[in-house]
Amino acid sequence: MGAEPASEPQRYFDHRIRWRPLELAFWFATLLPFWLTPTYLVLASQIAITGLFALSLDLILGYAGIVSLGHAAYFGFGSYTAGLIAKWGWGEPLSGLLIAAAAAGVLGYVTSFIIARFRHLALIMITLGFGLLLAEAANSASWLTGGADGLQGVRMWRLLGIFPFDLYGYAAYSYALAVLVLAFLLARRLINSPFGLALRGIRERAVRMPAIGASSVAHIRMVYTIAATMAGIAGGLLAQTTETVSLETLGFQRSADVLVMLILGGAGRLYGGIIGAIIYLIARDQFSGINPQYWYFWIGLLLIAVVMFLPNGILGGLARLVPPRWSRA
Amino acid sequence: MRKTLLIMPIAAIAFGAMPARAQHTVKIGLILAYSGQFADPSAQMDNGIKLYLREHGEQVAGKRIELIRKDTGGIAPDIAKRLAQELIVRENVDLLAGFALTPNALAAADVSAQAKKFMVTMNAATAIITTKSPYMVRTSFTVPQLNETLGAWAYRNGIRTVYTMVSDFGPGHDGEAAFHTGFKDAGGEIVGASRYPVANQDFSAFVQRAKDSNAEAIYVWTPGGPQPAAIGKALAERGIDPRQRRVLGQGELTSEDALKSMGDAGIGIITAFHYDFNHASAMNEAFVRSYRDAFGRNPDMFSVGAYDGMHLIFEVLKKTGGKTDGESLIAAAKGTQWESPRGIISIDAETRDVVQTVYIRRVERVGSELRNVEFDKVENVKDPFKARMKN
Amino acid sequence: MLGSAFGVLFDGLAYGMLLFLLAVGLSVTLGMMNFVNLAHCSFAMLGGYVAVGLTNELRWPFLATLPLAFVSAAVVSVPLERVLYRRLYGASELDQCLLTIGIVFVSVATAAYLFGTVQQSVQLPSWLRGSVSFLHHSFGAYRLFLIAVALAVTAILVAALEYTSFGAQVRAAVDNARMARGLGIDVDRVFAITFALGGGLAGLGGALAVEIVGLDHAFAFTFLVYVLIVVAVGGLGSIAGSFAAALVLGVSDMAGKYYVPELGAFLIYLVMITLLMWRPAGLFGRR
Repeated sequence: MGAEPASEPQRYFDHRIRWRPLELAFWFATLLPFWLTPTYLVLASQIAITGLFALSLDLILGYAGIVSLGHAAYFGFGSYTAGLIAKWGWGEPLSGLLIAAAAAGVLGYVTSFIIARFRHLALIMITLGFGLLLAEAANSASWLTGGADGLQGVRMWRLLGIFPFDLYGYAAYSYALAVLVLAFLLARRLINSPFGLALRGIRERAVRMPAIGASSVAHIRMVYTIAATMAGIAGGLLAQTTETVSLETLGFQRSADVLVMLILGGAGRLYGGIIGAIIYLIARDQFSGINPQYWYFWIGLLLIAVVMFLPNGILGGLARLVPPRWSRA
Repeated sequence: MRKTLLIMPIAAIAFGAMPARAQHTVKIGLILAYSGQFADPSAQMDNGIKLYLREHGEQVAGKRIELIRKDTGGIAPDIAKRLAQELIVRENVDLLAGFALTPNALAAADVSAQAKKFMVTMNAATAIITTKSPYMVRTSFTVPQLNETLGAWAYRNGIRTVYTMVSDFGPGHDGEAAFHTGFKDAGGEIVGASRYPVANQDFSAFVQRAKDSNAEAIYVWTPGGPQPAAIGKALAERGIDPRQRRVLGQGELTSEDALKSMGDAGIGIITAFHYDFNHASAMNEAFVRSYRDAFGRNPDMFSVGAYDGMHLIFEVLKKTGGKTDGESLIAAAKGTQWESPRGIISIDAETRDVVQTVYIRRVERVGSELRNVEFDKVENVKDPFKARMKN
Repeated sequence: MLGSAFGVLFDGLAYGMLLFLLAVGLSVTLGMMNFVNLAHCSFAMLGGYVAVGLTNELRWPFLATLPLAFVSAAVVSVPLERVLYRRLYGASELDQCLLTIGIVFVSVATAAYLFGTVQQSVQLPSWLRGSVSFLHHSFGAYRLFLIAVALAVTAILVAALEYTSFGAQVRAAVDNARMARGLGIDVDRVFAITFALGGGLAGLGGALAVEIVGLDHAFAFTFLVYVLIVVAVGGLGSIAGSFAAALVLGVSDMAGKYYVPELGAFLIYLVMITLLMWRPAGLFGRR
C-alpha cells in the first residue's frame, strides 16, 4: 500500500481524494476517439461498457476480496431487463437503464445474503454455480428471453430525445462514456471513505474485523449490492447500444473474461479494470484482425508475459517503477 | 491507454489512404466464428470460399474481389453487430457474408437493413433470419425445411409413433417443433418428447427413456460436435438397434467424424439432409476431389453453403454488371437457379431463402467405410415455416 | 423402474469415475501448494491427443497408448513447472489464475493449429466395444473398463500415500508445508514430482475421456468447470474427497436426467451449491 503518513484519518482521505494529473490526462484521452478515430467509436463504446463491468468486479474483488466467477449474472440480468423494457414498448434509454440497474441491484441484494457467508474456494464455486444456474434459467425461459437466438425486437428511442443510435456509434460512445464517468466518480468516493477502508480491512483479515466493531457481513452485502447494480448498468448499456441481448451476456465466458481483464489491469487500484479492459479488448481486436483463427495464442502469451514481468497486474507492476508519492489511486 | 495513443495516428493515416481504389474492387466483409466452439464449421466455410475463388479467379464483372475476414469468437451478437458496422463504416465493404450462427446473423441483419447492404447468410439455419433484412439471402438450409420434410416422410413410410429427444436450445426446439408439425399433420402420434441440456455429455438417461416409451421410432436433433457420436454409442449401449427400431435425425447426427467414432452402432440410422460428400453427381465428384486436394479433408454442409454463397455473389455481380448497391444485388439474386454440388438449388423470389432437394439417407457399410447412402428424396422444398407465416 | 434405471446409474458411475481421474491430480496439487492451476485440463487434452494420434496414425493398440499419455503429460509439465510455475508459488492467487489461463489459451490455439478443429476419436480394440450381458442387464464394455482403471488408480494412489516414504512426505506437505520444511523435507522437490504426477494423471484421464466425451481443441476449456466442481466439492488435497464427489455428481446427474429430465442441467449445479453450503471446505476437506 502507499506510504502516506497521516496524523488524522480525515487528512488521509483528503489526500487520497485529490485528482492527480495522470488521472485527468487519462480521462481527457478518452475523448480523443471522437476526433482522431471516429470509425472506432463502436469498439470504444463496448470497451467503456466492459470497463464499467470490470470496475464493478473490482469493488468486490479488489477491495473486498470476493473472487466471483459468476459476476456476469448481474450484467446479463441488467441486459435482459433493459432489452425487455424496450421490446415491450418503452424505448427511452435513461429510464430503461435505471430500471435495469434497480433490477440487478435487487438480485445482487438477494444473493448477497448467501455470498456474504462464505469464503475461499466455496465462495468462488458458489458464485460460479449461481451464474450457471441463471444462464440455464434464461435458456429455458426462451419464451421470455428468446433463448439461444437472443432477444428480438429491441428498438431504442433517441437519447435525450435528440440523438439516435447511429451506425457510427457517436451516441453509443457518448452515452457509455458518460455513464462510466459517473459510475467511476461514485466508486472513487466510495473507496476513499470509511466504508472503503473497512472493505480493505475485510479483504486483508476478515476474521478480525468484528474485533474493532466493524460488521464484515453487512459491509460485504452492501458492496456486493452496489457492484451488482453497477454490473447491471453496464449490461443495460450493452443492450441499449447494440439493440441485442443474448445468453452470452450471462455466461461463464463473460464472467471469466472480465476477471482476466481485471487481473490484467491490476485489482484493487480503481483504474485496473478500465485499463485491463482497454488493453485486452484492443489487443484482441488487433490480433483477431491480423489472425482470425489463432489470435488467442497471442493473447495467451500477452497474459503470461504480464504475469511474469508485471506482478499484480499492469498497474501493480507499474506502481513498483514509480515513487510512492504517485502510487495507488 | 498507451495502445490507444499508438492506434490513433496509425488509423488516421490508414483512413486517409483508403478511398482511391474503391471503384475497382468489390469488398466483401466475411464474418465467421473462427475461434471458439464453432471454429471447425467456420474453417470449413472459409475453405469453401477459398476453393471457389481458386477455381473461378478473383475477378468478376471487371472488378477484383477482396475479402476482409472478421472473427466473432463464437456466439456474440454484440460483437457481430459491431464488426458489421465497422466493416461498413471503416472498410467500406460492399456486401456482408458468412454467418455460421443464428444470433450473429440476426444482429448483423439489423446493420444490413440500416445500411442497405447485400448480405449472404451461408450457414445459420433458423427460419426467421431472412425476414430481418430485405437485402439478405441464404444459401444453406433451414431447420424446418429438413425436419418437417422428415416428419412427413416418416409417416408416409409406415411409422406411426415417435419419441423425440432434442438439444435444449433454439435450434433444437425448432427441430422438435418442425418434426412434430410434419409428422402430426400427416397423421402420426408423438408419444413422448424430451430435451437434453446443451452441454450434455452422457446420453444414457435420455436414451433409456426413449427406449422405455416403446415408440416405433426415435427422433433425435443434435448439433455437430461430440454429441452425435455419444448418442450413437448410447443407443448401442442401451440395446437399441437402428436397423430394427428406426432412429431418425437431421444430418449432423451421422456426420463423417460422428460415424468414425460411433462405428457400427450407427448402421441403419436414417437422416434428412441437403448435402453429403458422397452424393453421386459429376459436379459433386469434381468438387470433392478439388476440395480434398486443396485442404486434405472432405467437404461438408458448411463448405457447400459457403461455396454456393460465393457462387451466388459472382452470379449477381455479373447480372448487375458490377454494381454493388443493396437494391440491385438483391433484385438480381431473387429467382436465381444453379447447379450446386448438392443438386439444383434456387433462391426463392419472395422469401430470398434457398429452395433445394431434401435427401433421405441411411447409414450403410460401403466397402470398408460407413456412409450416408441416399435412398429417397423430396425435391423443391421451400422453407415451410415462412410459408405458413404468410397465411 | 429401478430395473431400467440400473443401467443408467451404472453409466453415471462410469462417468463419475472419468471425472475423478481428470480431477484428482488438481485436487492434490491445489491442496498441497495452494497453486491455482487452471491449465490442468490442458494436460488432459495433451493425453487425449497422444492417444488419438497413436491409435489412428501409428495404429498402436489402445491400451498401449495409456501409459504413454500419462508419461507425455508428466514430461511436458516438468519444463513448464521449472520455467513458469515455480516463479509464482508465492504470488497472489489472481496472478496464478492469469498465468494458467494464459497457458490454456496458448495450448488451445496450439492444438487447433496442429490438429485442426475437427472432432477426434480413438480406435478401440473390439473387446472394448459393445456391451457385456450380466444378470439381465447390459453394461457397456468400455465403461466397465473405465471403472476398473479408476479403481486401480485409486488403489495405487492410496497405497502410495499410505505406505511409501514419498507418500508420507506428500501428506506432510499437504497438512502443513512450513512444518514439513522445518522437518527437513524438501517440499519444493516433493511438489515438483507431485505436480508431474498430477499432470500425468490428467493426461491419462484425457486419453480415457475421448471415447466417452470426444476431443477437440477446446477440451481444455470445456472440462475446466466440471473438474473445478469435483475438486471444490470433494475438498482440496483429498483423494477420497475427489472420489466421493465425482461419484455423487456423476450418479446424481444421471439419476436426475432419467427421473426428472426437466431439471436437466440445473441439477448438477444445485447439487454442487447445496453440498458446498453444507460443507464449505468440501466433503473431506481440511480447512
